[in-house]
Amino acid sequence: MPETTLSDKSNLLEIRNLVLEATSYPPGEPPKTVTLVHGVSLAVEKGKVLGLIGESGAGKSTIGLSSMAYGRGGVRITGGEVIVNGRDILKAGAGGLRKLRGKEVTYVAQSAAASFNPAKPLMEQVIETTLATGQMSRSQAEARAVDLFRQLGLPNPETIGKRFPHQVSGGQLQRVMTAMALCPKPDLVVFDEPTTALDVTTQIDVLAAIKRAIHETGVAALYITHDLAVVAQVADDIMVLRHGKTAEYGSCRQIIEDPQQDYTKALVAIRSIEHAEKPDAPPLLSIQNVTARYKGTNFDVLKNVSVDLPPGQTLAIVGESGSGKSTLARVITGLLPAAQGSITFAGRTLSPDLAGRSRDDLRELQMIYQMADVAMNPRQTVETIIGRPLEFYFGLRGEAKRKRVQDLLDQIEMGRGFADRYPAELSGGQKQRVCIARALAAKPKLIICDEVTSALDPLVADGILKLLLNLQAEEGVAYLFITHDLATVRAIADRIAVMFKGQVQRYGTKSDVLAPPYDAYTDLLLSSVPEMRLGWLEEVLAHRLMESAGN
Amino acid sequence: MAHPVLTLVAQRVALGLLLLLAASVLIFVGTQILPGDVAQAILGQSATPETLANLRQELGLNEPVVSRYFGWLFGVLQGDLGTALSNGQPIAPALGTRLGNTLFLAATAAVIAVPLAVLLGLVSVRYRNRWPDKVISAVTLATISVPEFLLGYIVIFFFAVQYRLLPSLSTVYDGMTMGERLYAIGLPVIVLVLAVLGHMMRMTRAAILNVMQSAYVETAELKGLRPFTIIAKHAFPNAIAPVVNVVMINLAYLVVGVVVVEVVFVYPGMGQYLVDHVAKRDVPVVQACGLVFAGVYIGLNLIADLVSILANPRLRHPK
Repeated sequence: MPETTLSDKSNLLEIRNLVLEATSYPPGEPPKTVTLVHGVSLAVEKGKVLGLIGESGAGKSTIGLSSMAYGRGGVRITGGEVIVNGRDILKAGAGGLRKLRGKEVTYVAQSAAASFNPAKPLMEQVIETTLATGQMSRSQAEARAVDLFRQLGLPNPETIGKRFPHQVSGGQLQRVMTAMALCPKPDLVVFDEPTTALDVTTQIDVLAAIKRAIHETGVAALYITHDLAVVAQVADDIMVLRHGKTAEYGSCRQIIEDPQQDYTKALVAIRSIEHAEKPDAPPLLSIQNVTARYKGTNFDVLKNVSVDLPPGQTLAIVGESGSGKSTLARVITGLLPAAQGSITFAGRTLSPDLAGRSRDDLRELQMIYQMADVAMNPRQTVETIIGRPLEFYFGLRGEAKRKRVQDLLDQIEMGRGFADRYPAELSGGQKQRVCIARALAAKPKLIICDEVTSALDPLVADGILKLLLNLQAEEGVAYLFITHDLATVRAIADRIAVMFKGQVQRYGTKSDVLAPPYDAYTDLLLSSVPEMRLGWLEEVLAHRLMESAGN
Repeated sequence: MAHPVLTLVAQRVALGLLLLLAASVLIFVGTQILPGDVAQAILGQSATPETLANLRQELGLNEPVVSRYFGWLFGVLQGDLGTALSNGQPIAPALGTRLGNTLFLAATAAVIAVPLAVLLGLVSVRYRNRWPDKVISAVTLATISVPEFLLGYIVIFFFAVQYRLLPSLSTVYDGMTMGERLYAIGLPVIVLVLAVLGHMMRMTRAAILNVMQSAYVETAELKGLRPFTIIAKHAFPNAIAPVVNVVMINLAYLVVGVVVVEVVFVYPGMGQYLVDHVAKRDVPVVQACGLVFAGVYIGLNLIADLVSILANPRLRHPK
């Protein structure tokens, strides 16, 4: 049982049998009512943190927002009670909700960059509700905000409030948003995936700052995320949601260490793909001393990069956003010609630019993207999409093409009935599978996978990774796997290149790269990946503190 | 390095001047290819071939087009718009008075119409798809749709004939006080406000509705702010650029498009002046009016551009 139980007088927030509905408008059909959340109940005590966890579409955010009686994009609260500080807020009128929102309950959004008004300086937005309630004068409110900025570890706390949102980095904005939520001294803060959009090395700082701020202000919180390892660091209780229903609800320790439901067990065990490293072999792709820069800029995005990839193996390129990972893919594919250096592929030296490459060069080097839905033409069926490379490279038509498309669909475990569908009729994981089939149709020797699992839910991503590994075993195709997710790297890589500011920081076989001694950056990167155990965050931070004291 | 806004502003001003020069070429060429002969028009039926030739010589009509253009341009740059063919008077002073009258009428209408349109736009967003929004939309669309002369006669019927509140003739002359002038132009101002209100109000509404989809508007809603505060303080500042563009197009219309209204109310403005002289084939006056209108258009659009640039925090506060 969770530590906080229902019908307890000391509960700050209590949700009873909550039902949320929305109206969907499927094309060509009459509008219909969809039930998003089916009778969920939960409770949060004063000063406690409840983690809401689940895949996208499980109803996490909608439940979180219902604690402010807010329905995003036409979502309606149609049943149940939401009790905050002893009163049912669903019965409060517009005026009552204004007193609740932004004062008693505040919200931290996933994308702080989009959630700040671009036309106003940060300070004005941070203290807006504090001033509106009249609990403080402007100078008092500003002093409180500066205090919070300092508490959250923001640089230049005295002056950062004068800046505009576009002048501050993503990780800092997320902390400013936390300060904005804490400024009016709320009783409850709803954190909606506050660290999901950040790099791991930034995520750990923001996570630590949020945890410290929760602890120091004694505020209660709903922490919404799809990452169980993250929520394990901050929550007292955890509710696992699936398809708008409670899958499991218990204390943080019980969920992590002794999950009862199969679904929770799958979530906890998620990063468990075992992959034996393959022995070294002569390279299929060899990148030598490549340097590249974008037109109209005056700095190199890639500096003297050299990596090799043997046939049938996986080279993972790891790094934070802006480290040059995707640029390396653009250089290999010829979209951005390298200024210096050479690329050898299957024994041939590739022309730096796309125009100079033969059809075989193009065919043997395929690419899969992060956003599967924008990488497909929404007006073509799956058969047309997968059939295009068959037509273009092999001249297949009619029955032969149809048969080959079905073979490929079987290979990506989608089976019959999908060939005539449009991308909009597929789920996120299915779309990514179709993209894989399209790449595979060209019979490539190398597929560049650019963050292919980053936009997917963990269980779906897991399925895609397993599929990629199976296909590698069957077809002997090599992968250049670009990712910022180190768990993915552990699961599938044979070789790893760690990139930082356009340079390869560390490169070698997986066992070498992931074994100490590390260079400073790789150590920071590896130690920043959340681990699914209680107390991990404190250990890492204490460890880093000791190290910096030792230095 | 200079502030990026300064660079941008300098670029826009330079482009505006270049555009004005191009407009002057167009106006000059346009008046040259008009059918008919100025000398013939001045002399009328009594013209003999000799008098025609003499007059052409006198007016410089026999010189090549290019040299006439540059002669005209240098005159304009020194403030000399030439002499009217019809009455032999210098154009600049007469045009100045007329332009002053037109600007006065336009400014009065703008001072009422712009804030009113923005306010109505904000109100329609606040009550979108409810009855205040629908009433505002219906009324402003109706007043746009009625032709201006008819609108003019309708207001004359009600305000001048039925209730005798305002004069139906907008006569202004030197020596009137500010109050008397405002009283005199009451009716044309009402007509102009009704004519431009709808366009600006609809654009304000659309621009703000567009911004209302943003995540930061949701943030403002979750702060528990009043709906009107959200619209006015959080959405509107981000919708300024499109609104300003429409406002400026309408202001330009108030200056250059008021011919009909001036005729209805017999107001001595630019529009009537232009129409009179087009009828007399008085080419120098037509050219001068064209140039002034082009200048007003380019100037107002330049202001719209500059306001849009200044309304963008990314340009105002670079990283």
